[in-house]
Amino acid sequence: MAELTYRDAVARGIAQEMERDSDVVFLGEDIGKAGGVFKATVGLYDRFGPLRVRDTPISEQAILGAAMGAAMTGLKPIAEIMFSDFIAVCFDYLANQYSKSRYMTNGQVKCPLVVRTANGGGARFGAQHSQSVENWCMMIPGLKVVAPSTPLDVIGLLAASVRDPDPVIFLEHKSLYATKGEVPDGEILDHLGTAKIVRAGTDATILALALMVPRAIAAAEKLKAEYGVNCEVIDVRSLVPMDTQTMLGSVARTHRLFTVEENPRLCGWGAELVSIIADEAFYDLDGPPVRITTPHIPLPSTDILEDRAMPSVDRIVETVRKSLGS
Amino acid sequence: MPQLGETVTEGKITVWFKTVGDSVAPGDNLFEIETDKVSMEVPATSGGILREIRVKQGEVALVSAIVAVIGDGEAKAPPATLDPYNEVRTPPRNFGPATVANGAKASPLARRVAFEAGVDLTTVKGSGPHGRIHAADVKAIKAPIAAPVPEAPFERVPLDAMRRTIARRLVEAKQTVPHFYLTSDVDISRLLALREEANAALSGKLSINDFVIKALALALQRVPDANAVWADDAVLRFKHSDVGVAVAIEGGLFTPVIRNAETKSLSAISSEMKDLAARARERKLLPHEYQGGSTSVSNLGMYGVREFAAIINPPQSTMLAVGAGQRRPVEAANGAIAFATLMTVTLSCDHRVVDGALGAQLLAAFKAAIENPITLFV
Amino acid sequence: MATKQSRAEVTLADDISEELHLRIYRMQVELRESEQRAYDLFLQNLVKGTSHLSLGQEAVATGFAAAMEPGDLTFCTYRGHAHTLARGVPMERVLGELMGRDNGLLRGKGGSMHLTSVEHGVMGSYAIVGAHIPIACGAAWRAQYKGDKDVSVCFFGDGTTNIGAFHEGLNFAAIWKLPVVFVCENNLYMEYTPIGDVTAVKDPAAGRASAYGLESIIIDGQDADVVYRTAKTAYDKARSGGGPSLIECLTYRYSGHSRADPAKYRPEGELDFWRGKRDPIRIYRERLLQAGISESTLLEIEDVVRQRVEEATAICKAAPPPPAEILTTDVYADGGWAWRN
Repeated sequence: MAELTYRDAVARGIAQEMERDSDVVFLGEDIGKAGGVFKATVGLYDRFGPLRVRDTPISEQAILGAAMGAAMTGLKPIAEIMFSDFIAVCFDYLANQYSKSRYMTNGQVKCPLVVRTANGGGARFGAQHSQSVENWCMMIPGLKVVAPSTPLDVIGLLAASVRDPDPVIFLEHKSLYATKGEVPDGEILDHLGTAKIVRAGTDATILALALMVPRAIAAAEKLKAEYGVNCEVIDVRSLVPMDTQTMLGSVARTHRLFTVEENPRLCGWGAELVSIIADEAFYDLDGPPVRITTPHIPLPSTDILEDRAMPSVDRIVETVRKSLGS
Repeated sequence: MPQLGETVTEGKITVWFKTVGDSVAPGDNLFEIETDKVSMEVPATSGGILREIRVKQGEVALVSAIVAVIGDGEAKAPPATLDPYNEVRTPPRNFGPATVANGAKASPLARRVAFEAGVDLTTVKGSGPHGRIHAADVKAIKAPIAAPVPEAPFERVPLDAMRRTIARRLVEAKQTVPHFYLTSDVDISRLLALREEANAALSGKLSINDFVIKALALALQRVPDANAVWADDAVLRFKHSDVGVAVAIEGGLFTPVIRNAETKSLSAISSEMKDLAARARERKLLPHEYQGGSTSVSNLGMYGVREFAAIINPPQSTMLAVGAGQRRPVEAANGAIAFATLMTVTLSCDHRVVDGALGAQLLAAFKAAIENPITLFV
Repeated sequence: MATKQSRAEVTLADDISEELHLRIYRMQVELRESEQRAYDLFLQNLVKGTSHLSLGQEAVATGFAAAMEPGDLTFCTYRGHAHTLARGVPMERVLGELMGRDNGLLRGKGGSMHLTSVEHGVMGSYAIVGAHIPIACGAAWRAQYKGDKDVSVCFFGDGTTNIGAFHEGLNFAAIWKLPVVFVCENNLYMEYTPIGDVTAVKDPAAGRASAYGLESIIIDGQDADVVYRTAKTAYDKARSGGGPSLIECLTYRYSGHSRADPAKYRPEGELDFWRGKRDPIRIYRERLLQAGISESTLLEIEDVVRQRVEEATAICKAAPPPPAEILTTDVYADGGWAWRN
């Protein structure tokens, strides 16, 4: 067992897979010699060399396009897009190429690659470097979308993503890079499409993703201590494939649903989950499902403004408490 | 987790016989599960290496959940079957409108709880915002809780799956089946003599209950209208007499069923009963062995009970409660008092299927068979 | 540096055998006849949706394909029927796909713009302009990484030279010295607009080569032998670690941009000029005759090709439409489309 930071877990996860399979290669901007702008890929260049760990120009389209060409012909590339906001620059590859090629070619073309990117706000980088874009990815048929919240999940889900034969967007959270967690020794491999109940409870189900998970847990602890409300918190982890059964099972027990989403309001990931649960578990619900999200605005850069925008522990507590009527 | 019985929704894995990395051949026992009522072993249907155990010893999983993965290469989960035009699986339930007759609003869960408990929502006061009725409001109406006597010492015994199931099913039986009861005293003197003769000649020992089972089976054949069960929009009339027999086990009871009992000899019935009872005590019955049948026999004679009325086991339509054989005074042919060995039996009937006269006919046929045991063989 | 091949007097040079010449001729005729058939079927409403014909551009596809090894990979645009056929994909698979039949190359799921046959090295036709340029770089990267000698060949039009992915891809290939050959089929028009109106330099591809440290190469795209030789040189350079090439081929398309386009934007006489003196099949035919190949040999080739086209058409007309079940197949690697449990 060791305590590892989230950023070190990224490097460890990539190293684990590159060690295991010589077809795994890694490319991106400043990922090699510099160890990544978030220092999440330190040591890989020295360990695996310049043929397998390649620094690229500022060419997001070329990075994602080359990753696809390599994946189609037999390699297992990991491509980094430095800030998840930038996937807008190379969105064609996510929306039209990776996601549709297998289908259009009747199964001939394969795309076993991973795009990892630093998602989310809280780092005061301003609107174009802070958005949570998991919902942009989730809405594309043919992609898989993963967002870990702990170092253990980083390694396990990254390994699972690399080994998955489909294209996977792996959304790390830039404000989680410094957080720490226990990680066992040896190989770690998780499963896509599995959510985790990270806090068992009886009075309400709270679904959360990435940075919102520790906030939801803290809010649940506060709700218990101050108001006697015992919430169950689920780390969704995998948006596609989606583990609806765990979430439906939870709502069947607690009868109330809340989501905590960092993405801006409209078409956030929680909207889809609320829709599914309201449909399939309608008669398990004792009150309306409630989404707690960032407002539908670009994120401001100043710290107090950004903190106001993103769902905070206090806002989660207040919203749940009021909705449950206690 | 295999599908084990119509109403079973989950099972607990009590023992894993294999560990990750073991090679597995088709037919090898993988693990043992405990469900509502039984323990059973689950064999592998394919061969390979046990790659992964997802539900460990002591854990519970829903029926159809993946508990382990056997593979020889990469473990590949089968794709979920999703209907492209119904990607959301809306359940076909409807528990009424959101606005109650008196104008109050009720949450979906409150409506469901009210329906299931038979509570009229207009009698419920809502505690939610704008007087909205929540589930807790419905539940408060249902059960006024008697406060336990303070300081009374007690031991809290947790419920196991079997106890829960027995409670649920018998409450359901009492609430939904219109019971009535027919009692008869049956003279078993000739039966006892015949039994003594048979046991002297055979190696296996026949019990009185074996005769009772056979007699009831034959009675059902002779009164076929009573060999039937209620099926909501029809009555199902069975061809054969499948007779359930209540077996007491530690912590509960089982009712294994003897199929086609009218065709089986007394020795066959006897040895089948011994086997079923033994496995029932070990909780190793398979679901099909305790489901079905139109009737059951419950015999408390060995406890000295003279007479009792049993609760019918749904979906069956009758249940025969058998008391102890006792020496009782009867009027002899010449008007004097003589003693005979009598046994009091009570037939519980589901009035939806078995009317008074029909029940009486069935009981009479049973009595005739028991009092003239030679008719069990001809 | 521009090069032009003279057509004045002809002897078949040593580097291209007679057999290869005849193969090149046959291929161009096949491309022409099948593309023409696709046009006719469209008028009969048997080919639906849209298709982008390459009538008049046969020499480019043929020349580059003839010089390829089996392991080399083709990446082309939505104007890709010729490139697909030139790699040996059977005609009925292509026509079947255009007609939306079950025997189509993609069983009707991709259509004209996405013809792909991994088996033949056709790694996709791409409908987003320029998207396949970096993808071809990635395939070339794999070959380089594995030490294989395969070359990726990437075909695109003159309009593509103005899109972002072109510039990113060229730079990328140049700095990593990837074994990829970029072929610009300059047919003078970017969709409905003359390329000169929208491009900052005279030669849309060759004029950009120096920006990426590459040699400026511009050739007569209507002469299949010129194309073949240029291709071979570029492939050899790539295979030996010499890095990418960018080759601009001057060519012309007889039909509009797509089926929807009657191409009224062309000046009077331009089409006739290219159809006449600049027709690649006419040019090649004349050369072979002048070099002593008999007319009857050529007529026989043309005849065989026409029969093949009839046969392929009949097969496709008889083929059923794709079954309903394939609607949801192959979204993911497990063959299905499930996004939830």
